[in-house]
Order: sequence, then C-alpha cells, then structure tokens
Amino acid sequence: MSEVSGAIRTADEFEPNKATAMENTKISADKVQVYYGDTHAIKDVSINIRAQTVTAFIGPSGCGKSTFLRCLNRMNDTIDICRVEGRIAIDDEDIYDPKVDPVQLRAKVGMVFQKPNPFPKSIYDNVSYGPRIHGLVRRKSELDDIVASSLQKAGLWEEVKDRLDSPGTGLSGGQQQRLCIARAIAVSPEVILMDEPCSALDPIATAKVEELIDELRENYTIVIVTHSMQQAARVSQRTAFFHLGNLVEVGDTQDIFTNPRDKRTQDYITGRFG
Amino acid sequence: MALSFLLLTILVVAGLAYVLAKSRAFKSAGGDIRLLHSLPGYYGWNGALTVLLPTFLALLLWLAIQPVVVDHTVSGMISAESAAESTLGLVMSDVRRIADGLDLAVQNGVLTAQDASRLNTGSSDIRETLGAVGVALGAEVTAEKLEAAQTYRSATATGFWMRTVLVLLVALGGLAVSYRRTDKDFRARNFVEQVVKGILVFAALLAILTTVGIIFSLIFNTVEFFSLYPAEDFFFGLVWSPSFGGGSELGILPLIWATLYISLIALAVAVPVGLFAAIYLSEYASPTVRAVAKPLLEVLAGIPTIVYGLFALLTVGPLLVDIFGNDGALGVGWMQGGTAVMTAGLVMGIMLIPFVSSLSDDIINAVPQAMRDGSLGLGATHSETVKQVIMPAALPGIVGAILLAASRAIGETMIVVLGAGAAARLSMNPFDAMTTVTAKIVSQLTGDADFASPEALVAFALGMTLFVITLGLNIFALYIVRKYREQYD
Repeated sequence: MSEVSGAIRTADEFEPNKATAMENTKISADKVQVYYGDTHAIKDVSINIRAQTVTAFIGPSGCGKSTFLRCLNRMNDTIDICRVEGRIAIDDEDIYDPKVDPVQLRAKVGMVFQKPNPFPKSIYDNVSYGPRIHGLVRRKSELDDIVASSLQKAGLWEEVKDRLDSPGTGLSGGQQQRLCIARAIAVSPEVILMDEPCSALDPIATAKVEELIDELRENYTIVIVTHSMQQAARVSQRTAFFHLGNLVEVGDTQDIFTNPRDKRTQDYITGRFG
Repeated sequence: MALSFLLLTILVVAGLAYVLAKSRAFKSAGGDIRLLHSLPGYYGWNGALTVLLPTFLALLLWLAIQPVVVDHTVSGMISAESAAESTLGLVMSDVRRIADGLDLAVQNGVLTAQDASRLNTGSSDIRETLGAVGVALGAEVTAEKLEAAQTYRSATATGFWMRTVLVLLVALGGLAVSYRRTDKDFRARNFVEQVVKGILVFAALLAILTTVGIIFSLIFNTVEFFSLYPAEDFFFGLVWSPSFGGGSELGILPLIWATLYISLIALAVAVPVGLFAAIYLSEYASPTVRAVAKPLLEVLAGIPTIVYGLFALLTVGPLLVDIFGNDGALGVGWMQGGTAVMTAGLVMGIMLIPFVSSLSDDIINAVPQAMRDGSLGLGATHSETVKQVIMPAALPGIVGAILLAASRAIGETMIVVLGAGAAARLSMNPFDAMTTVTAKIVSQLTGDADFASPEALVAFALGMTLFVITLGLNIFALYIVRKYREQYD
C-alpha cells in the first residue's frame, strides 16, 4: 500500500492553493475503498472535486473510474455485492451517513449513462419524469416551463419543440443522449455525473454534447468519465488519472497532459499502455 | 420378403455404401484427407443417404399404391348382384378376410400352399377350415368370393415380390451412383447438409400440416352438422338440451356464456396474483429466494388439470358452500351445490397463476438494466421505477401473457367437468352450476352416440367455434407482443 499512499500525497501536494481549493470543494472523498465481493476495486482514493468545474476521470479499462463515479451518487447501492468504505462528502455532508436517503441524494446528484437510455415514453414525459416524482411542480404550466427550459439548456429544444409527444426512443443517438441530459437537469441537481456519455455517439453528436458540457459548467459541478484523452483535454479543467483501482494523479488538466508527475500517467497519456 | 427383413436389407446396403464411399474417397485423395473437399465421414454419409432416401421413397409409394391397385382389380370381379345384396365395401372386407384366413391356414400348416390355391367351394367346407385357425366368417363362402379371394392373394403375393425387387434395385442403384460420384472433388459435405436441412424442413412442415389437417377435419364435420341443424339456431339459440331421440335444441349461447364467465373469474384471480408474484420475483426477491420460489411456482404448471378438478370438487366447492350456501357462514343462500362457476373459476385461476407469473417474469427481466439505472439515477425509488418505467415498458408483453392465459382458460376441460357442473344454463349468479363448450364436447362424443346425428356432430361445431375464438386470441396476443416488442431497443 506504500505506492497508494504515495499517490495520495502526490494528489494533495500539487493542489495549487489549498485554502481556495477547499473553499471551492463540492465533493470530497477520503480514503474510499470499494469491494465487489472479494475484489478490491477501489483502493484508498482521496480526492477533492471543485464546484462549477468539469473534472475528468481518465484511465485504462477496469481501473475503477466508473465504479468511483457511481459511489458519488450511491448508484453502487443497487448492486448487492458492492461494499463502500471511507468518507464521501458533498458540501461537507457525509453521503453514506445512515440519515441520508440515497433517493434524495440522487435527485441532487444527477447521472448520465454511457448508452443513451431514454424511457419508452414521449419526449415530454421523459423530461417531466423527475419533476413529477419529486413533486417539484403544482401546475401543468410549471411543468411545461421546466420541460422547455431543461430542453433549452440541453440544446435540444429547437430540434424537438414541435414533437414533444413523439417517443424519446425515436430520436437519434446524439439527441437521445442530450434528452438524457435534459432529463437529469430537470430535477435541478447540483452535480451531474457522466459515465462515458459520448462513447456510443458519432463525432458530430459528440461535439454537440461536449459543447453542452462546457455550457453546463456555469451552473453545475460536472464529473465525467471518459476513455478519450482528447475529450478530457477539450472539456475538463481538472483531470484525475486512475490505474488499477488507485488514484495516481489529479491536477489541472493542462498540467496533467503537458507535465505529468507520475511515470504511469505519462505512459498512459503518451499511449504506451491502456 | 417380409417388410422388416427388407428394411434390414436396405440398412445393410446403406452401411455398405457408407464404407465403400468413404474408402473410395480416401483412395481418390491418395490417402491424404487434406486433399478431400469434405471430411471422409461426409462421403460415407453421402453414400448411405443416396441409398436410403430414394429407397424409402419408393417403398412408401409402393405401400400406398399397391392396396389401391389390388382392391381395384379384385372389386372388378364382384358381380353387381352380390354387391347389391349388401354393399360393395362389406363384400370386399369378406374377400379380404378369406384371403387373410387362407394365408393364415397355410402358415399354421392346416393347408399346404398348393391346396390353398386349388380350393373350391364344392370339395371342402372353407368356412369350417378357416374357423379352425381362428378366422370366423359371417356368411357362407360363395364361389365368386373364393375366386376373388384367390385373385387377391395372388395379386398381393406378386406385389410383394415386385416390391422387394424394385426396392432392392433402387438401393443397389443408389449404391452404384454414390460410388461412382465419390471423388476427392465431390462436395459431399454440401450434399449431406442439404439433406439435413431437408429433414428439418420436413419436421417443421409436418407440424404445420397437422394443424391444417385438424382444421379440415373440424370443417368437414361442422359443415355436415350445419346441413342437419340450422346455423342461426346454433349460434343464437338460448337453450341447450340435446336429446338423442330427436327434437334437441342445440343453442351455443349458454355454453359460450359459461365459458367466458369462468374464464373471466379465472383471469381475475390469476392476473393480479401472477403479476404481483412476477414483480416480486424479478424486482425484489434476492437471488436465493428467487432460485427457490420460481421453480416452486412453476410446479403448479406441472400439476395435471384433473388433479385441479379433484381439488375443486372436494375442497373448494364444499368450502364455498360453507360460506355462501343455505346454512353458510354468511347465510345468504346463493349457492345450492358445490359445483358452480365460482368453484371452477377460482381453481382455474390458481392453475393459470404460473402461466402469468412465469411469462411476465421473463418479460420484466427483459427490460434493460439501463432503464432501471436511468430512473434510479434521477432519484426515483425502486417502486416508482417499477410502476412508472418497468411496467409500461413490459406492458405489451404482459398483455400477451394474459391473452395466452385466457386462451388456455377457454380451452380448459377437466376443471370444468368436475368443478362447474353439467347443466347448461344462462345465469348471472356465479354460484350457479353451469357448463362450458369443452365439457359439452366431451359429453356429446362419449357414450353410444350415432356419429351421423346432429347431437354428436354438434361437438365438431362447438370445437370449431372454440378453435376460432382461441386462435383469434392467440393471433391478437402475438400481434400485441410483436408490435411493441422493440420499443426500448
């Protein structure tokens, strides 16, 4: 484990200005361990994620970046054999505290998945699903407003405003993914987690989603898992590199890509493995 | 040559073809199987199949045609007078019995083959001779019948010889063809695979043709029934009272009403229980519970329906009388006896639970995990996810499952016979005894009914009606399932 604690020091050491960083911190994880049955999937990960920032998780397949992402809104709770240890706090509030209802938490921490997964319902019903189950609206007109503004924020409004009643599954892959983003925005989350949101999309749809991520940064804290280092470089301000369940290095995206501290990071971003 | 011996010979020839073709293929490649187009086994099978297929085809054709030809020849010998006395068919069956009897007598050593062919009506009592070997004849053997029988014997014997010769020739021809054809470049593998494909097509065709055959047998008898009994009285008659002395009233409406009533009660039991069980098993149960509970539930589907019928007759019926009967717990006196629509409906509902639950469970499991993740990721609870995302996505399949269960309920017989009573009646009271279409088909066809009477033929019209209803339901179910199947892909 000496290697791991070394990695943690690296992560803290290169925090440029620790005081301001702490003020800005939205999510902080401290010595997080995740086990799948007997497999130790995440080893001693500590990281601070800043508010109103896009943080990218990169690393080779199976390095635990998606698993860690799913810890942040307790989606791992739905997997029976998964066990999480350590402390994860959002706004300094421990999300694994027994008092916290994971359902409430997930309304605050939205999630967009790898494969677009609109419900087999109309576009309108897809977006209004969250506000309805959380009782966010009293009147139909309020709901209409939320649907419209969410679709606008997701950059989909112009394309679908005339066919809100047609099924969400009838849209193209890129439109479906933006619909899923609109669906997540509609519950007014503070954090949006994205698990390889562009891996099932073509380059044009990817460009649109990336542009959208950049715009959303103003209002939301975004954590994105990606396999594409170019994407991480394009959309994120902070980058964390995971390897074999360890957080190897975290820092400003520019630093990570131009001046990696760790040999493994350098090997990965220069394409020597992964 | 006897048929079994002939078949054995064909198999031997086929085996020979297998060995010969295989070794010839091997030889043509100079012992190097990499030079062969196919593996040596394929050449062997090619040889065997080239023998077997045409031979069996020839044999089947011969078996189908010979009796027809022989019958035709012999029936030409029967004079018009003797045919007029009874019917031609009866005379011919007499002739066949005499011929078979003579064969049997020769076999048992009572007559020599020469004696048998030289018999005449004057010199010996044929009826007595045949009676001695166990062939009883209804009437005295006339000269004409004996002559016909002798012709029958000789024609059949000739036929047997010709059959043997033909089949052996075809088999040897097949052997020669396959042997000549075998060569290292011959595509034996493709040929064998074609034959296998043919066998598969034949099997599929057989199932379809059987369905068509069943429909036709129903149609012919139904048409015959409607020529004896007016269709409008059948379809719109309110009374069902068959009497084999004539003057029966055969209205289907009381039967259809009871069928639908019982099915409705059965579905009212099976759909909620089955569906809720499916939701629990697929969404909430832990893998351990599921591994135990699902097979247990499916055991219900394996219980024979007659056992359900006994359960209805001995347990559910008396229990319902205790509650709703004259001296029952409620004191309402709605129920006169244990057999009632309610009894059969409840028990049938129990029978249908595994149908609904098992099919629905599969369908709910087929809803992609991504749907659940999407909903949970938005902060929905598990039950909201089930109610608002999974159920709507699975609904078409569930509707299909329910319709399949419904067509099963409509066709159910034994539970009705034992649980619902035998009286055809139009009544709204679910505690009255009624009877359904299927139960009446059974009662009309069992016993000593004359098959040409409308009282017996009505069973086919009832069967046809039922068939059309369940077929319609099944097609509708398939349509629903197919129309919405790909919605979440």
